[in-house]
Amino acid sequence: MPVDQLDAVFGALADPTRRAILSRLTQGEASVLELAAPFSVSQPAISRHLRVLEHAGLISRTRRATARLSHLRAEPLREATVWLAGYREFWQESYERLDELLAALQEHEPDRSQPEDPTGRSTS
Amino acid sequence: MTEMQITAAPGVPQVLTTRELDAPRELVYRAFTEPDLLVQWLGPRKYKMTVERFDLRDGGTWRYVHADDAGNAFGFHGVFHGTPSPDGIVQTFEFEGAPGHVSMDTVTFEERDGKTTVRTNSVFQSVEARDAMVDAGMAGGMSEGYERLDELLAKMAANS
Repeated sequence: MPVDQLDAVFGALADPTRRAILSRLTQGEASVLELAAPFSVSQPAISRHLRVLEHAGLISRTRRATARLSHLRAEPLREATVWLAGYREFWQESYERLDELLAALQEHEPDRSQPEDPTGRSTS
Repeated sequence: MTEMQITAAPGVPQVLTTRELDAPRELVYRAFTEPDLLVQWLGPRKYKMTVERFDLRDGGTWRYVHADDAGNAFGFHGVFHGTPSPDGIVQTFEFEGAPGHVSMDTVTFEERDGKTTVRTNSVFQSVEARDAMVDAGMAGGMSEGYERLDELLAKMAANS
């Protein structure tokens, strides 16, 4: 995916209303009126959000009678996730391995950062 | 254990990560700076990591290689800037598959109640360089603001 399209996808996803619209569209196509219903924003505002999503390639729009219907287009989302997956997976797996290593190291050499209780009392 | 957080905001040539580890700072610092410990955790399990150089001092250089069973090898190298300490490590980072694309990485270690929060800050030469790094499958990330993308994709998978 080209970088400028990635920017458009991420820009589109940065807004909670637009994410909610995409979420709604996972249930199937919807008109502007239907999409505006759950939000306390005007229909023109929803239309602006739809234009941003369309520009990012996240939805396509068709006309049926007098209604413009929006459809989810999944491919850019999947590609964006793949784009993100590399670093995330690299570091998540690394840190999981580090968790294990640190646990093993602490088993062998008891935690030196906790000084012995000078009063001799145990709080546990 | 807290989930790792990654931030790679659009338009900013930077990637930030935060992760808490259940160990004191001194031990975490050792895991980051002793080659025999480093090779046991840095990178996916499918790679065998070899540290070729690790001169832990101001101006010292480092190089390591990740190799898989198929014979693919990925080399990385850089230079330490300032004296590395448990307060933090500043280094340059270059993937040898993309020479000249250098990031500056800062890692800090903060201990609280016996746990250590590791923060990384990678600054790239440009947003394009950052994104190219991400495309290479080694670096990149995702803004916390996009966390719901995962939920959304899960929902899409459930509905398709």
